[in-house]
Formats: sequence, structure tokens, C-alpha cells
Amino acid sequence: MIAFVFFLAAAAALVGALGVVLARNPVHSALFLVQTLVSVAVLFLLRDAELLAAVQVIVYASAIVVLFVFVIMLLGVDRAESMEDRIPYQRPAAFALGIVLLLEILVLAGHEWATGQHTARGVPLHGGGFGGNVERVARVLFTDFLWAFETTAVLLVIAVVGAVVLARRSGRRDGAPDDEVTA
Amino acid sequence: MTLAAYTITDTYFLVVAALLFTIGAVGVLTRKNVLVMFMCVELMLNAVNLTFVAFAHALDDVAGQVIVFFTLVVAAAEVAVGLAIIVAIFRRRRHATADDLDALKG
Repeated sequence: MIAFVFFLAAAAALVGALGVVLARNPVHSALFLVQTLVSVAVLFLLRDAELLAAVQVIVYASAIVVLFVFVIMLLGVDRAESMEDRIPYQRPAAFALGIVLLLEILVLAGHEWATGQHTARGVPLHGGGFGGNVERVARVLFTDFLWAFETTAVLLVIAVVGAVVLARRSGRRDGAPDDEVTA
Repeated sequence: MTLAAYTITDTYFLVVAALLFTIGAVGVLTRKNVLVMFMCVELMLNAVNLTFVAFAHALDDVAGQVIVFFTLVVAAAEVAVGLAIIVAIFRRRRHATADDLDALKG
């Protein structure tokens, strides 16, 4: 049963990823991205990451993809892009680099991904009287990773302020259009 | 051997993550629409998240899942800033393809 779910979710994730890359219409790419994200959430479930699966669906597949679709609709770029390249050999070069990258990762998988010992103070995934998955994640997040957790608050504030500054119109009030930068 | 008799090990998840990462990387290299390139970056981030979760299971340590949390936060911040940049570019240039962004071309 687990094998069946795994192969189904893995196939859906990979098909969705290919769809993101191959779809001509950005809206279709966004929908394929949802498929991949939900499939990865299922894979998370299979590896005992229940909280992360929920967060993946709530934050990624809803919030972030909605933001993508919103920007696509706002900008009106939901039309197919031209497929000719400015550099003629760009596409084959990209495929060659991709294959090299995949081989590199798989070679590393065969040789270096043999995992060593985990830290002695780590909270295990099961057992040890720590409660459920949420409780375990929270225990590590608010003890060992407390400094990093507080830093993410600063990061989010910076990101929000930066997004507002970038997205607003430049400070003039006279209604003049922004300068057109001609190439 | 039937499918039900298969034992799914952590290596399977790592291979899926490697494939996802590669597809995302090729997408970033080949697509020209900046938004789709962004989605491909999200694919690569997700592949790394899957690797973290698989290793958390392999090492029986929940810290790997906590790291994925931070990756999610960084991804959310990245999407907010990145989409703001795309909107700002589009407002000036009326295009959102990478080929149009050649103002620094020598």
C-alpha cells in the first residue's frame, strides 16, 4: 500500500514538474505547480512529516501559488511566450547541463549519501516520550533553533518592507508615467 | 514481485528529489518568462525540502523537518520580493521575459 502511494505521488510530482517546465501558458504552469506541491506533501506524509505536509498545502499550494496566479492576472502575461532563443544553442546546452547535474547528484547519492550518526541530543521521529509530530517539531524549533526562529521574524519584516517599496509607484505625485527605459 | 511487496526506502525519496531538482534547474535555464522561471526555482526549493525530510527520516532526527520550516519562510519571503521586482520591471518595460532585461548588455 505504501509503495503504491509512493509511486503514485512520485509520478504525479514528476509529471507536474515537467508540466511546469513545458506548458506554454503561465497559468497552466501554476496549476501544474500545485499538482507537484500537493504530491510532495503526500511524500512528506510517507516520511512521517505530518506537520510539514499540512504546512506545504496551506502555505505553498494555497498562498504562494495564489500569489503567482494573482501576479499573472495582474500583469496580463497569460499568453504563450515565443520559443525562439536569442542564443541558438541555449536549449541543447541547458539539457546537457541538466543531465550533467542529474548524474552528479546521482553519483553523490551512490557514494556520499550514506548517512552517518545523528546528533546525540536530537529529538527522534518516534518514541522517547515526546508526543506527536507537531510537539516534536515545536520542541526543537523553540529550543535548539530559537535564534534562527527569531531571525526569520526579521527576515519577514525586511521582505514585506522591501516588497512594498519595490511594488509602489515611484514617489512623484504629478501623475507622470514612469520613465521608459529604452534598450 | 508485486507492488505491495516493495519496501520504500529513503533512497527512493532522494532519487525523486534529485529528478525534481534537475527538472527545475533545466526549466530555469530554458524558459524565458520570468514568472515561470520563478516557479521552477520553487520546484528546486521543494526538491531540497524533500531531501531534508528524507534525511530526517533516515537519521531519525526531527531537526531536518525544522530546517524545512526555515526553507518555507525563506521561500515565502523570496516570492514576495521576487514578484514585487517582476511587477516593477513589468511596469517599466511592458514585458516579463528574461530576454528583454538586457539594459546592462555591453
